Amino acid sequence: MADVLERVTKIVVDRLNVEESEVKLEASFKEDLGADSLDVVELVMELEDEFDMEISDDDAEKIVTVGDAVNYIQSVL
Amino acid sequence: MLEGKKVLVTGASRGIGREIALELARLGADVAVNYAGSEAKANEVVDQIKALGREAMAIQCDVANSESVAEMVKATIEQFGRLDILVNNAGITRDNLLMRMKESEWDDVINTNLKGVFLCTKAVTRQMMKQRSGRIINIASIVGVSGNAGQANYVAAKAGVIGLTKTSAKELAPRGITVNAIAPGFISTDMTDELTEEIQQAMLQQIPLARFGDPKDIASVAAFLASDASRYMTGQTLHVDGGMVM
Repeated sequence: MADVLERVTKIVVDRLNVEESEVKLEASFKEDLGADSLDVVELVMELEDEFDMEISDDDAEKIVTVGDAVNYIQSVL
Repeated sequence: MLEGKKVLVTGASRGIGREIALELARLGADVAVNYAGSEAKANEVVDQIKALGREAMAIQCDVANSESVAEMVKATIEQFGRLDILVNNAGITRDNLLMRMKESEWDDVINTNLKGVFLCTKAVTRQMMKQRSGRIINIASIVGVSGNAGQANYVAAKAGVIGLTKTSAKELAPRGITVNAIAPGFISTDMTDELTEEIQQAMLQQIPLARFGDPKDIASVAAFLASDASRYMTGQTLHVDGGMVM
């Protein structure tokens, strides 16, 4: 858990240029972290690379918050 | 001008696509030559590109099939390591008067000529977004701007490609990817050879530069759009038609 969250946080910080303290589980990529739609698509692509998995378009659309991403990745790993 | 660039050209075994593949290779690019049915002709293009000292491979794929498109793009990236330029050229005609046009004729043309552009663009976007650079060149048609009797399906598809060009240009611009279209006029290829002599003569009357175009006339513009010279252009449709539509 901690490991996945840590790796997700690092990617979010790098990609969205936000402070690590802002990357909370309940934080929405678009509402709270200033991402636009394309940023979210790119973020999902990076998560796929980081965790060596494929996230379908349908699943990707359900990823709204940092917690959604962490939960999804854990459910697949 | 294009040294080391990695290119995928759809419908590259014949006509305009073939000439674009060869021209980009002459300028230094390595090219994946997509074809739907003409394997022998695609292999000829590959041999010609290799003779120029560039890398090339033939890839069979029906661009209207999303799974084959995904495999084609994957194979290209595996071979080349990246993908800098996509030329969406694959196209077919099933001409008929609106009143007589069969639903299957409509669907076939829309699926290859419009959906195919969508599928290929979608499939390469991931790689180009990661690279933060890329060029997408869509081959539309001047009839997509002007309309043409007997080609409701083809015209609708090509007008759709022009709209798709503008939208993908807007979506991908922030990631350093440009998307432009070429609208060729009457270019002498297998596709236009099928038209009757009478129609060909009537077309000629409408061309201010008073000749049919050659595939090379399109290839040189594609080379410009593929090159750094066009870096500040996106979402545009260039008419390359001898002045038919102004």
